[in-house]
Amino acid sequence: MNKVMSDKWFITLYILPAMLLLGILIFIPLVLTGYYGLMRWDGIGSMEFIGLANYINVLQDGVFWRSAGHSFLLALFSTLSLIIYLAVAMILASKIKGADFLRKIYLIPMLLSSVAIAQLWIKIYNPSNGMLNEILRGLGVQNPPLWLADPNIVLYSIFVPILWQYAGFYILIYYAALKGIPESIVEAAKIDGATPIQIAYKIKLPLIMGVVKVTVVLAIIGSLKYFDLIWVMTGGGPNGASEVMASYMYKLAFANNNFGYGSAVAFMLLLITLLVTLIVRKLTADKEELQY
Amino acid sequence: MVKMKAISSFAALAALSLAASGCGGTDDANVEGSGNGDSGDSATVEFMHLWPQGSSAEHHRIVNEIIDDFESENSGINIDLQVLSNEQYKDQMTVLSSSNQLPDVGMTWAAGYLDPFVNGNQFAPLDDMLEDGLRDEFVAGTLEAYEKDGETYGLPLELNTVYVYYNQAIFDEYGLEAPQTYDELEAVIDTLNENNVEPIALGNRDRWTGSMWYMYFADRIGGEDALNSAIDRSGSFEDPALVEAAAKVQEMVENDSFASGFNGLADEEAKSMFMNDQAAMYMIATWDLPNYTTNEDVPQEFRDNVGYFKFPTVDGEGDTDSFVGGPGVGLFVSENSDVQDEAKQFAAYFVQEWGERAVSEAGVIPATIVDGEDLELPDMYVEVLEDLNQATNLTLYADVQMSASVAQTHLDLIQSLFGMEITPEEFAEKHEEALSQE
Repeated sequence: MNKVMSDKWFITLYILPAMLLLGILIFIPLVLTGYYGLMRWDGIGSMEFIGLANYINVLQDGVFWRSAGHSFLLALFSTLSLIIYLAVAMILASKIKGADFLRKIYLIPMLLSSVAIAQLWIKIYNPSNGMLNEILRGLGVQNPPLWLADPNIVLYSIFVPILWQYAGFYILIYYAALKGIPESIVEAAKIDGATPIQIAYKIKLPLIMGVVKVTVVLAIIGSLKYFDLIWVMTGGGPNGASEVMASYMYKLAFANNNFGYGSAVAFMLLLITLLVTLIVRKLTADKEELQY
Repeated sequence: MVKMKAISSFAALAALSLAASGCGGTDDANVEGSGNGDSGDSATVEFMHLWPQGSSAEHHRIVNEIIDDFESENSGINIDLQVLSNEQYKDQMTVLSSSNQLPDVGMTWAAGYLDPFVNGNQFAPLDDMLEDGLRDEFVAGTLEAYEKDGETYGLPLELNTVYVYYNQAIFDEYGLEAPQTYDELEAVIDTLNENNVEPIALGNRDRWTGSMWYMYFADRIGGEDALNSAIDRSGSFEDPALVEAAAKVQEMVENDSFASGFNGLADEEAKSMFMNDQAAMYMIATWDLPNYTTNEDVPQEFRDNVGYFKFPTVDGEGDTDSFVGGPGVGLFVSENSDVQDEAKQFAAYFVQEWGERAVSEAGVIPATIVDGEDLELPDMYVEVLEDLNQATNLTLYADVQMSASVAQTHLDLIQSLFGMEITPEEFAEKHEEALSQE
């Protein structure tokens, strides 16, 4: 077996199917997208090469940077909410009653499709007969907020279901990581007189730090390229108040028939995501990995 | 650590896969084939339409029946059918045309939507089919919406005009009558507001809904040509009448005329408010007539209670017989079709069969001339067909007249205008900016 695995030809052979798939589905379209970004193209007729004009326009496009700002805000909130998920996972992992049941409940939003979640929250947010405003009115609020229509709060209104949607996913990851910590270490800490807070903060957290870093990267990347709920719930409106990079890109290509510029925006989105990922990984790089 | 790096960079790359998201429309599409694999001389004409059985049952059935009739009358031709829902259909059109794979016959929208397809030589000119009398079967002004550079690229199937519908029961309760003038409309709105009834349901997340209100003000204040000439650049959006129209829209918003949160509501939500007696009025085009007349899924009591009025005159100006509206979808024939003759034959057959059946069975006002007298139609249809005969002008929806990117700017500006984020002057200025960049 070892002999087979050290033979370069066999390695190549085993990697080939996955490489081909990745190449055809990811890398080639990626290069093509960058290439289309150099064109003036309505997606239907012939292309016209215009050099870097599209990319220069993206850099000067106020709407794009505003959308990017919204995407980064979502990334910030997603990352902060990881703290809550981690706390919930710690409580669930500490052998409380019904932990199994609660874990399943938290996972339910993950099982729903984004469009179903969006429809659900559109109903909840309905200004005149939505659940939320009915409750607020019941509590005596005279003019409850117009959740999806007010440009000042629409972005935050959509963040709530987005964070809710992914809560179960991160809780599950943390839960699994916490379950992997050997019981003996926690026992030893208890005997030494550590409080539950100390155990969580000084023992469990450092031991699962590797997983936490991965989730931070996942949350940031997921937020920067986020699309579905925003598209279904507001379409980026009112007037761009909830536009993010991906919805802007989609609008340019499919609503404005401007595939050249849309591709340029898509490529910028890729570059920004790559750059942010690199920065985050640099910042969280650790010389020594803790072992148990 | 290497593994982690692999995971994160893979996830980053996945960001790009979104760029291809538009290509996935066919998965849940409702694909049907006519399926009798004749060999020999038979030609197969691919036909794609956007009326799935679920959401447009009557349309779907009529289309299938017309296809069956056509196939039995022309034994050599098979129709290969593909059905997609509206948004998927639009995405599919873009994707197919970029690889020269449009179906032989399909549906298109008028004016601005046509531009890239005509410029890209995707649609065949249809004037040769119109010569032998077919042209005269269309209502005047409908074919023109599908013309580019003097050639016709589509055969319109529908014709819709926009009215304000109102709930008679609510109006009666507060002793109101259908307004004839803008002042009367304001009085109606004030009375409704005093009694805590939402006056007008408006789903302005979709933006074209608000555009119709603006267009009517523009028509009444500036006359039938003001908006058209601003769009075709012989005039300007800074025309005082068009600025005034935008100001009127904001005046209505300030008077709480529209249901609260309208900028966050979809048209469907606004419609459901109106149909559940939660709002007194609702502006929509005649494609919704079945809901107020024949649709058995809507309670009889509600249908009996719906009336409509033409958009009122504003400050004594305007002609109530001038309508906002236009043809909806039309048929195109692909320029790259291998069976173009058969495709044209089918398209012509379809348009001729469609008219009468569409209005009597599906409640669609067709773009072909139909004599309403001979058909058993609900009163509202007879009146609408009558109004069409007397119409002095039909202004095509602004977002349809404009090219795709200007249309998006227009629609976004409409949302800002209704949301009081910009002044009428800025509204005009930004339109000028977008149009002059064309």
